Amino acid sequence: MVPLSWYIIVGSVLFLIGVAGVLFRRNIIVVLMSIELMLNSVNINLVAFSQYMEDLRGQIFAIFTITVAACEVAVALGILIALVKSRGVHNTDEIDTMKG
Amino acid sequence: MFEELLFIFFSATAIGSALGVVLMRNPVYCAVSLVVCLFQVAGLFMLLRSPFLAVVQVFIYVGAVMVLFLFAIMLLDMKQIRYERLFSARGWVPYAVVAGIAIEFVAVIYGGGMDALMKVGATKAVDVKTFGRVLFTEYLFPFEVISLLLLVAMVGAIVMVKRSRG
Repeated sequence: MVPLSWYIIVGSVLFLIGVAGVLFRRNIIVVLMSIELMLNSVNINLVAFSQYMEDLRGQIFAIFTITVAACEVAVALGILIALVKSRGVHNTDEIDTMKG
Repeated sequence: MFEELLFIFFSATAIGSALGVVLMRNPVYCAVSLVVCLFQVAGLFMLLRSPFLAVVQVFIYVGAVMVLFLFAIMLLDMKQIRYERLFSARGWVPYAVVAGIAIEFVAVIYGGGMDALMKVGATKAVDVKTFGRVLFTEYLFPFEVISLLLLVAMVGAIVMVKRSRG
């Protein structure tokens, strides 16, 4: 059996890569993909702890996370398509309507 | 021993393809790389004896979410932004945030002593029957709430995309 900390390390590395993608990239679609990456790394942690504590509630929470991720992608891509069609923005820096 | 080898293969591929998501310039390549990463995470779920979750991961993430991403990329014609400059000048704040989170993770993992806390892992899989029973009895209300959330998100996405056309 693989030690628990290996899973935690993989989850942390994936989360860090996702954070770096959100902070460094400008393409909106790639930023959304990085958010998916972060949600996935959290799922790894949830399932690993659920398995090692012999408690399946972690898996149920992972199911809920996957559902919320699917909702988030649907709404975010809807917003993105509306934005691109109405004013032709492609980068995160160009969305500054709310800037004071 | 075999399981450790599988774990190393899955996690190395997952980390490599995740780096591909962040570092590649063409959004289509990023999406394909993310598909590879999500498959490896499904493999990790199999190693964690959660076959149901692995199947759900492949169905929903690889099947639904990534198809949605690729559809949006194709629909929006991302050619004009294909070559963005990576690591463009944004000051020191992103570097500081990433470094801070990394230091925090290292401190928690190496200072926490998690393996001493949980030395023995379960080796038997959670069968779908038990899983479904807990989900539909103890967690029935959160399940209904999350179903409503999915419905609202679906309606919202349709409304937003329709309004932009008119």
